[in-house]
Amino acid sequence: MAERRVESLRDAYGQALVELGERDANLVVLDADLSGSTRTALFGKRFPERFFNVGVMEPTMMTMAAGLALSGRTVFASTFAIFAAGQAYNMVRQSVCYNRANVKIVATHGGLLVGGDGGTHQMLEDIALMRGLPGMTVVVPADAPTTRSATFAVTDFDGPAYLRLTRENLPTVTDGRFVLGQAGELRAGSDLTLVAVGALVARALEVAEELHHVGVEARVLDFASVKPFDEKALLKAARETGAILTLEEHSVLTGLGALVASATGENYPVPVRRLGVPDLFGESGEPWGLLDRFGLSKARALEEAWELLRVRGKVH
Amino acid sequence: MALAVPAEKLAKLSEIARSVRQDVVRMVYEAGSGHPGGSLSVTDLLVALVFEELKLDPVQPNWPDRDRLVLSKGHAAPAYYSVMARRGFLDIEELHTLRQAGSRLQGHVDRNKLPGVEASTGCLGQGIGMAVGMALDQRLAHRSGRVYAILGDGECQAGPTWEALMAAGHYRLDNLVVLLDRNGYETDGATEAIMGIEPIADKFRAFRLETVEIDGHDFSQILDALAHARATRGQPTAIVARTVKGKGVSFMENQHAWHGKAPSRGEAEKALAELGGRL
Repeated sequence: MAERRVESLRDAYGQALVELGERDANLVVLDADLSGSTRTALFGKRFPERFFNVGVMEPTMMTMAAGLALSGRTVFASTFAIFAAGQAYNMVRQSVCYNRANVKIVATHGGLLVGGDGGTHQMLEDIALMRGLPGMTVVVPADAPTTRSATFAVTDFDGPAYLRLTRENLPTVTDGRFVLGQAGELRAGSDLTLVAVGALVARALEVAEELHHVGVEARVLDFASVKPFDEKALLKAARETGAILTLEEHSVLTGLGALVASATGENYPVPVRRLGVPDLFGESGEPWGLLDRFGLSKARALEEAWELLRVRGKVH
Repeated sequence: MALAVPAEKLAKLSEIARSVRQDVVRMVYEAGSGHPGGSLSVTDLLVALVFEELKLDPVQPNWPDRDRLVLSKGHAAPAYYSVMARRGFLDIEELHTLRQAGSRLQGHVDRNKLPGVEASTGCLGQGIGMAVGMALDQRLAHRSGRVYAILGDGECQAGPTWEALMAAGHYRLDNLVVLLDRNGYETDGATEAIMGIEPIADKFRAFRLETVEIDGHDFSQILDALAHARATRGQPTAIVARTVKGKGVSFMENQHAWHGKAPSRGEAEKALAELGGRL
């Protein structure tokens, strides 16, 4: 497999924000003392009068964002995922979602790949929290091009959105085309389907490549659009491949895997296995090593894939 | 600094407030639940704002040049609905639907159901932040709209309230006025017994708000304070309005038990008789 470009999702977001700021004088951006890390500083430098760094007050960043949005503005608010979805949860729930405020929350540092900062900062529950809010759109891009197009896409509608970005640079695995509510098929196949979000999409492609070498063709679906969710593509995959493996850098209890299992269980039951972070907090470590340590290694994903193929009677 | 407020105006406002207090008792009685204590304490502040201070148009609730009112203590919804009804934003008859399924009059105010509500509130500690966002927007857009936020005193125990006040002071939002309904009681008892917030005026001042203390049931003091806020430049204004929880109904006054409890039929009749009304 050819080496893929590795790019920063956060840079892609910061650059997209500047372009959005140029085309829409009504757009404002808020951050909570992490503007260098989230890259909103790029916008702040270009449009200082429309940039508000509120300091360490994530709950009030969200209520202020709502107040600006209820006044007719498009508002982006950024901080780490643990603060956006965790610290400020009820502000996102009431001030943003219950009010139907046009606030786009772009949360960086989602998942284990935060690395050294450890379990306090590795947000593993945000997809569940944000997906559960009525009216919330949830996007988990797999690479920089999708981050860019998703940043633009969420400004096409009036209402709240949550984008979860990964701190680590990630291999570019998509052509950047992103449509809300549509899964991206990154690889065709009919023996089983790998469904993934974020950093684990690249891992799913690696697994599919390995399987290909031994004659197994795995379909790979990128579910960057977690909500709205492309149930049609999922059920089509269930019918055509008969087995699904999910991969995510999120609690396995409540994330993409749980969503896939319930959607297939209700509509077209097929064997589903879920690879995610077990019911544990994260810990400090080299980011990519942590994925292995918490059971998200390529080897483990391959084992799960083979188990599914055995269950389906496709191998013995 | 006292301005001479004509006696007829004061009499008119008092008469509206008396009607609003009657509405509050009827609404909470009919709904069988709700928050009479804090609705009765904030009534005069709301009447002064909606009938005298705010630029509003009931025919165009989204009029761009309007002033904004954020009811951070969203549980004072009965008083708010009554005042808005009497200002022409909804029919008085609709007040009977409070808290019923399908009603626009939710237990806590909801902007997506009732035009005129600027921000949905209910869970405390969020209204001031939204008001700060609105005030920033007015300034960025070079508009002259003013933003008024009504804060409860129990809410002053919530951290995010102080985050938002810190932001208001930092951004020098002189188009923002925070009115504290200082009735002294929260759900479980007196604020000073549970988690003291005093000296509250000093706290506002320390957060860089121009701060005045008034009797929140004296219309001339309320209107004076609002005029003072309008004349203040370079910082937001806090109005600490000393009020009486349950104001106007003798057996509810200063009784925290009436924070979130509906009166029985007999109690409602007695309360209405004191307010010069009937069930």
